[in-house]
Amino acid sequence: MNAEHGKAVRMPPVAASAPPASAPPMPTPPPASPMPAAEELGSAATRRRTGAVGAAVALMQRDLRVALRRPGDTLQPLGFFIVVTTLFPLALQPEVSLLRDIAPAALWVAALLASLLALDLLFREDAQDGTLEQLALCGQPLTGLLLAKTAVHWLLTGLPLVVVAPLAAAALGSPAAAIPGILAALLLGTVTLSLIGAVGAGLTMGMKRNGSLLALLVLPLAVPVLIFGARATQQAIGAEPLAAPLYLLGAMAVLAVTLAPWAVAAAVRIGLE
Amino acid sequence: MAWVWFHRFGSPPYFYRLAKRLTPWVAWPAALLCVAGLIEGLGFTPPDYRQGDGWRILLFHVPMAFLSMETYIVMAVSAAIGLIWRMRVANAVAASCATLGASFTVVTLGTGMLWGKPMWGTYWAWDPRLTSELLLLFLYLGYMGLRSGFDDISRADRASAVLAIVGLVDIPIIHYSVDWWNSLHQGSTLIGTGGIAVPSMWVPVLMMIAGFELYFIALLLLRTRGEILRRERNASWVAQELGEAPPDSAPSGPPLAHPAAQRV
Repeated sequence: MNAEHGKAVRMPPVAASAPPASAPPMPTPPPASPMPAAEELGSAATRRRTGAVGAAVALMQRDLRVALRRPGDTLQPLGFFIVVTTLFPLALQPEVSLLRDIAPAALWVAALLASLLALDLLFREDAQDGTLEQLALCGQPLTGLLLAKTAVHWLLTGLPLVVVAPLAAAALGSPAAAIPGILAALLLGTVTLSLIGAVGAGLTMGMKRNGSLLALLVLPLAVPVLIFGARATQQAIGAEPLAAPLYLLGAMAVLAVTLAPWAVAAAVRIGLE
Repeated sequence: MAWVWFHRFGSPPYFYRLAKRLTPWVAWPAALLCVAGLIEGLGFTPPDYRQGDGWRILLFHVPMAFLSMETYIVMAVSAAIGLIWRMRVANAVAASCATLGASFTVVTLGTGMLWGKPMWGTYWAWDPRLTSELLLLFLYLGYMGLRSGFDDISRADRASAVLAIVGLVDIPIIHYSVDWWNSLHQGSTLIGTGGIAVPSMWVPVLMMIAGFELYFIALLLLRTRGEILRRERNASWVAQELGEAPPDSAPSGPPLAHPAAQRV
């Protein structure tokens, strides 16, 4: 059922990203989808915009639409994050001072694992049904398209995590004044996590079983994010200045946005052969 | 024109024969240096005034720690060469490096733990250098895991090359992030204070480092030869090199003078 919903909207980005001069005008997708208004909006937008940015935007719209039609899968990392942070107080004594000490570790380990959880879905299905091949052939830079896919992954796993983080942080005893710092750290850190994860997902895309291998590839590379994210969170809870770890997290995010897409594109190209 | 000498390294038969010729020239000095360093280090150098005889563990630990990191660089650079220029020999070198590097890392961690128990009073401490080394081991394991996940050797080469390059970019970041996180380990061994201070201790350590560097090169040449043979097992030059009949001719036939001609 879910796969059929997915199929119904696979056409627009490919049509949009084909060279406009040579390609015949694509018919709008059949109105079988449950959201005809969004469909028309999307195809109107894709017809208007061409070029690399237009293709990336169309791809993001398509990926978001596919993801929102299966909210169960999309919300899984979020639920995982909430459950894992809940487990820490249960495994320890529920004293506020103790919880405050472990809050940075709990938040960041949970965030790391939650971002890992959805990675397997990032490229796998699109690789299996041929969508990624079309993206690679469509003439637009694959680097940009995969950056768009990764951005959607972050919007669906990183951002919701940032949104519920105040709740989890408060449950772990962090004071209200620490919340903005924690949010800033998570906002910057999850961007890097998504991009590093995308490299791992691209590399393991073509394999049949990759569950633990993906973790083995991604987690060591993500250690700096874990260290500085937890450090920022710790300093936010302790009401200390936290500019230094935030700058470092920001620097890593910039570095990841700049370099990781090339590695993702190289990995996906290898996986498609 | 000027690069012909370099391009010849890309030819598996050329590299195979070169490696075969070079191996004894590297292996024997390696053995001599290691034995001399051991005799000097174990027999003639006095015990350290604080570490006692325990410092002699560093005779192994320091060269292995050098090699564990160096091997990753060799692996990543040759994997990059293989990825960019499709040089088959470079891919074989990268594939041979992974196991070597992982073993060096394990030995570094093991000797470091043995040294740490009498010196620091604990086998393991969450110290930056120990942690970086452990993460390096995970990177090697991930690289090997990724390789083994592919059936097709060319895809395995290219995918693991991407991982090795990403790891090479990330290793300094990991190193410094772990460094700023917590610190207990002594400073650099050769430079600065707190390490091996007495010149009479440097001599055997430097001999061991040089010996193990050559040992690494000898092992790498040997392993690369094996890797090349495995990859090129259907090529006629392999049959010729090993003095066997090519795989598709009759196995019971006598050895042929020109197996390559026979295949046509």
